[in-house]
Amino acid sequence: MLDGRTLVRRRAGLRLWLSAGWLTLLCLAALLAPWVAPKDPLAQDLFLGRMPPFWMTGAEPGYWLGTDSLGRDVLSRLIHGARVALTVALVAGTITCIVGATLGLLAGFLRGWVDMVISRLIDIWMAFPPVLFSILLIAVLGPGLMSIIIAIVVIDWTRFARVVRAEAMAQGAMDYVASARVAGRGRISTLIREILPNVLPTIVVLLTLEMGIAVIVEAILSFVNLSISTDDPTWGGMISEGRASIHQAWWVLVAPLVTLFLTVLSFSQLGEGLKDRFDPVLR
Amino acid sequence: MTALVIRNLSVRLRKGPPLLRRVSLDLAPGEVRGLVGESGAGKSMIGKAVLGILPPSVEITGGEILLEGTDLLRLPPADRRRRIGASCALIPQDPLTALNPSHRIGPQITDRLVDILGWTRRNADARARELLAEVQIPDPDRVMRSYPHELSGGMRQRILIASAFAAEPRLIVADEPTTALDVTVQKQILKLIAGMQARHGTAILFVTHDLGVVSKVCQRLSVLYSGMVVEDARVADFFRAPRHPYSAALLAATPKYTDPTAGLNPVPDAVIEAVRAEVAAFDREVAHG
Amino acid sequence: MADLYEVQNLRLSLADMTAKPLLGAAPRIEILKGLTFTIPKGAAVGIVGGSGSGKSTLGRALVRLLEPSGGAIRFGGTDLTHLSDAALRPLRRRFQMIFQDPLSSLNPRHRVGTIIAEPLRLHGFDGIPARVARALDQVGLPQSFAARYPHELSGGQRQRVGIARAIALEPDFILADEIVSGLDVSSQAQVLNLLERLVKDLGLTLAFISHDLSVIRRLCQHTIVLYQGTIVENRPTPDLFCEPRADYTRELLSAIPLPDPNQPWG
Repeated sequence: MLDGRTLVRRRAGLRLWLSAGWLTLLCLAALLAPWVAPKDPLAQDLFLGRMPPFWMTGAEPGYWLGTDSLGRDVLSRLIHGARVALTVALVAGTITCIVGATLGLLAGFLRGWVDMVISRLIDIWMAFPPVLFSILLIAVLGPGLMSIIIAIVVIDWTRFARVVRAEAMAQGAMDYVASARVAGRGRISTLIREILPNVLPTIVVLLTLEMGIAVIVEAILSFVNLSISTDDPTWGGMISEGRASIHQAWWVLVAPLVTLFLTVLSFSQLGEGLKDRFDPVLR
Repeated sequence: MTALVIRNLSVRLRKGPPLLRRVSLDLAPGEVRGLVGESGAGKSMIGKAVLGILPPSVEITGGEILLEGTDLLRLPPADRRRRIGASCALIPQDPLTALNPSHRIGPQITDRLVDILGWTRRNADARARELLAEVQIPDPDRVMRSYPHELSGGMRQRILIASAFAAEPRLIVADEPTTALDVTVQKQILKLIAGMQARHGTAILFVTHDLGVVSKVCQRLSVLYSGMVVEDARVADFFRAPRHPYSAALLAATPKYTDPTAGLNPVPDAVIEAVRAEVAAFDREVAHG
Repeated sequence: MADLYEVQNLRLSLADMTAKPLLGAAPRIEILKGLTFTIPKGAAVGIVGGSGSGKSTLGRALVRLLEPSGGAIRFGGTDLTHLSDAALRPLRRRFQMIFQDPLSSLNPRHRVGTIIAEPLRLHGFDGIPARVARALDQVGLPQSFAARYPHELSGGQRQRVGIARAIALEPDFILADEIVSGLDVSSQAQVLNLLERLVKDLGLTLAFISHDLSVIRRLCQHTIVLYQGTIVENRPTPDLFCEPRADYTRELLSAIPLPDPNQPWG
């Protein structure tokens, strides 16, 4: 057949491996942070403040990415910050996905009053401005990792529900669904066996995007000091602190920014790559 | 016993216009009946009503659907579904959307036998292989491991036919099964359906817009206009002398390459007006009880 | 009778992306394998074949939506084969196309009047409202239809709008690609009758692509049968139907189910 399947798969291979590689590295770093981080991320040394990264003149050996204005090692803080970022990404992303996709599947396949209720709920939900909503939620729940996760789930489930609902509706119109119903398959069984496998590639892409979004949301909340306690290093917190000394020590700002960028990009590329690789229609 | 009897079946859009107007027809065991009409005439609606797969926007407002003597519409939903699952099957129109793209072919044929009819996996697999051979698919084992997109349209339609016959249903609804295919493939598929039907003694409701196809595979036909059966005839009689002016006009509109002067005549406006008046009279009669 | 189209050894290949190596060009699949034929001015020529025969690709090459990879297409003496888009633009008015699916070829957001007027404006016609009115008249649609949207029309009416849009430009040639395959028999007959009359009245030349030989028999004086990118038969229609020479033509003819239970259909 005349299409780009092989080409897509080859490209997907490369991008899948690059993004998976970066994320694996990050996961390992987060898990093994106390052992792999070269320094204590909280240890201050005012004599070693604003040391540049290793490739610049005046770098201090052992401080690979330099130090911030309080003399804390940037690389170690990044590694420890990955713990928070990845916890939020995995936990919040997964719960959001399960909640949103389930509601979307039910609405799109069962239609009728179930769809009415869920769709109206989505409409109402999406009318709230998300940033304000999350700040409000954290204010009520109090800061902390748990609050961030709850805020992300509560705000972002609609992202899944909307897309999955539309996709389930489209699949529901296919003849193979009619055949399954004629054969006597129950509604929920049809939903799980016939519809879900075809919506799954979409859900996976959304899930990885959501993980990227969760990392950003956490960074934003840290940036405005609404994340976890301010002592623990977080990427958002580092960006916030780095902003103050951008003219004297730009690396304090740039290092967490680049890490954040690579991580979010990797999540989205991972999703696309997985889809290309495991969608039997594309394969 | 008759395989299927439909009496005065009425279907309408919820709070909307009627889609089927007191449709009645019957189907003997092992008989093929064509349901013919233009788009929107309600021909596939009948098949969907029988199989219990009407869209949620549509409701049945009256009538009976007797499947081997049991009125499906009086059964509780769960019983109805079991009953239809055990004795009916569907051959759908579009071989592209009728197979689930996420599953291999083998399970798509066998899962229904295993999960719903309680066969053993081994028996179901053997049955699937036997049927794929019967619909002349070379190398059934390889095909059972394939995904739908790896197979051609004609091949997929053969698989759907095999799958429809798998549980030896008493009744099959074939909904425009060859419309999406090339004429040469259509011929093979029609011959295949006719052969399978004769061997297995299955009754078929054959929905089509093509009177040429009807003349090849059906014994009787119902001509529909606007949800109303305007003619119910034996195929041999119909093609010799259609009784209703609308069905005669439909036959005259069907192209005939052997005779460039015959066929392809539009249905005359007078005929359309007459049959519309008939529908309107019917609706008035219903409205006044 | 002069020839409007002269096609010589036309070849067309498309890139096969399934076999593309990571670096370098994809190998090409030959869709049209050296076609030679002419379309006389004022004739209606049927192009028939199964799926994968290349009939739609041939049509798209004739109106230069696709660029041939070899051979030559001459239209009224002008060599179209490798003309650039800019050089083609003034010629485009003279060869028009009617599409298979009127619902997707008519912009759902525009009224019928706008749909017909738009190409006229592009080609710098004057007196556009009068031309739109005449085109609607020629395809047998009432003037009030100019204010309607495509979704408000039946399949046959939409196809008439497609025809009106094409003939409003006063073209020399019209390519009709499977334009009746989605219609009911009655609307199909109406559209074919309309097309037959327009060809006669306006002196159009028509290429009619179809998988349905019955329709071609009714409408076309010449029939070209394509099979896997080559012409297997190209003859006057009555001869081709009475005594088909190619095996493939015979196979096609014998596969058509006639509305007659007594037809031998072995």
